[in-house]
Amino acid sequence: MGSIRLEGVRKTFGNTVVIQGVDLDIEDGSFVVFVGPSGCGKSTLLRLIAGLEDVTAGRIIIDGKDVSSLAAAKRGLSMVFQSYALYPHMTVRKNIGFGLKMARRPREEIERKVAVASKILNLTDYLDRKPGELSGGQRQRVAIGRAIVREPKAFLFDEPLSNLDAALRVQMRLEIARLQKTLATTAVYVTHDQVEAMTLADRIVVLSAGRVEQVGSPLELYGSPANLFVAGFIGSPRMNFVSGELAARMDAATIGVRPEHIVASRDGAGWRGTVVAAEHLGSDTFLYIDVPQTDGITARAVGELGLKAGDEVRLAPDPARIHRFDAQGRALPR
Amino acid sequence: MARRVPRPRAIVTTVLAWTVGFVIFFPILWTVLTSFKTELEAFSTPPKFLLFKWTMENYAVVQERSDYFAHVWNSVVLSFGSVLLAMLIAVPAAWAMAFAPTERTRGTLLWMLSTKMMPPVGVLVPIYLIYRDLGLLDSRVGLIALLCLANLPIVVWMLFTYFKEIPKGVLEASRMDGIGTAREIMFVLAPMALPGIASTILLNVILAWNEAFWTLNLTTSKAAPLTAFIASYSSPEGLFWAKLSAASTLAIAPILVLGWLTQRQLVRGLTFGAVK
Repeated sequence: MGSIRLEGVRKTFGNTVVIQGVDLDIEDGSFVVFVGPSGCGKSTLLRLIAGLEDVTAGRIIIDGKDVSSLAAAKRGLSMVFQSYALYPHMTVRKNIGFGLKMARRPREEIERKVAVASKILNLTDYLDRKPGELSGGQRQRVAIGRAIVREPKAFLFDEPLSNLDAALRVQMRLEIARLQKTLATTAVYVTHDQVEAMTLADRIVVLSAGRVEQVGSPLELYGSPANLFVAGFIGSPRMNFVSGELAARMDAATIGVRPEHIVASRDGAGWRGTVVAAEHLGSDTFLYIDVPQTDGITARAVGELGLKAGDEVRLAPDPARIHRFDAQGRALPR
Repeated sequence: MARRVPRPRAIVTTVLAWTVGFVIFFPILWTVLTSFKTELEAFSTPPKFLLFKWTMENYAVVQERSDYFAHVWNSVVLSFGSVLLAMLIAVPAAWAMAFAPTERTRGTLLWMLSTKMMPPVGVLVPIYLIYRDLGLLDSRVGLIALLCLANLPIVVWMLFTYFKEIPKGVLEASRMDGIGTAREIMFVLAPMALPGIASTILLNVILAWNEAFWTLNLTTSKAAPLTAFIASYSSPEGLFWAKLSAASTLAIAPILVLGWLTQRQLVRGLTFGAVK
């Protein structure tokens, strides 16, 4: 079991408000990702759940029990840190089993659980090494092993992949997703990388300046962002925003359309513009287009489209995929 | 170390280092040499450097007149006892200051250090009276407590500096592993900070070993360490340079050996905070 509930959680450091009143329900067994730009308070929120920081106000409830003033050690959660935070003076075997040893579990049980975890994580050959003798990916797997052997109520991940190179990050991302599904343990995962958020999460919590902007499944956030912030943050390359006369024509202060929902062609209907740059990625082509009355539009074209800088194009946004926002940045109904 | 130093500069540095080293070492050398002279030759002018009649007589007299080993034992008990007691207080204190600081932590540290700026003689009379009334004069317990308190600010400062270098995340990881504060300090922090803890202990043992003000003023015989042993040759029947030197040589010998064996840790201790 591992349901987590936040009620009016606030955190201030001195006069700085870091978290301003967060209410959130995390269901048992779900994979929830906190995402937002750096400084939005996502790591602080995770540390509040962990008990590594004390809440200024509000309650944190795990499995129906208020743990707001309970020490981190007693909350029954595990955490994987960005810096791995392995015990440098212990071997991999001892790192993984340390929590169990300190809980005075029988030796056979510790050995068995360490063996199981290291097998799952491909660490069996490295059990007698110290963290300093491991690669970044291996260290992160040890950190995950340490988290899983304790059979916690929930896993907390604090940007666990940001110190890894791109290829390894993709691989570890898949491993974490698979592991969480197998163990069916609640996971709360913090990242600034929206691709990680989209691929891992059952539900994404988008944070900005200490406030929850929107909570929803990845496709909900992609398909119907609640406001300009979420619209701009989720999706890559980011959504194009157009305000002024083009938006006013659609009864909105701002309209947004994703690069993949614009059809670019040499001739046809739509906005007229000039290609500034074209990025050919093989499968996709990203076109950066100068369009009058906008700050420039990005459009995705599938495959190779013989367009190059300086060419004239026509851009036709898919009318069903245009997002409208009011002057406060809130999404307007379709 | 990979940096190449130009040859002339290397020579100058080497010569300078040896000169400074010799100047610093000279008093100890002179004390040792004097301890092997007769009382007459000990203050002859011009002083004799090596060409004198070597004698072991002073050592024999010193050994006969006062119980060297009783004093050594007192020195060991006082220095190690006071430092270990200080560690028991300082490790949790430094842990709190390094890993759970408040806005007053910096001020507390400075305030603690400021107590070292007060000349001890300023509080000699009150301390003496308190110790007399408590029956702590000439007792090991009383001196251990006093030396512990005298060194505590330095011990806390040194440990604080070492603990600051320990990544906080590892301690947080142990908390997430379900480990309470006491065991976090014992099984996670202490092993990681072991070099720092070792040099703190060593340096402060030496400071306590050589502490002469309190040990001379508050002891007479039962708890008297080696400092009192040396001092006993400088007063009653006038100054006996050779015997004083023999006593001093005997007093510094154990700590010199300890220092020699633990050079590496000591150097780290003396330069603490200087390099990350």
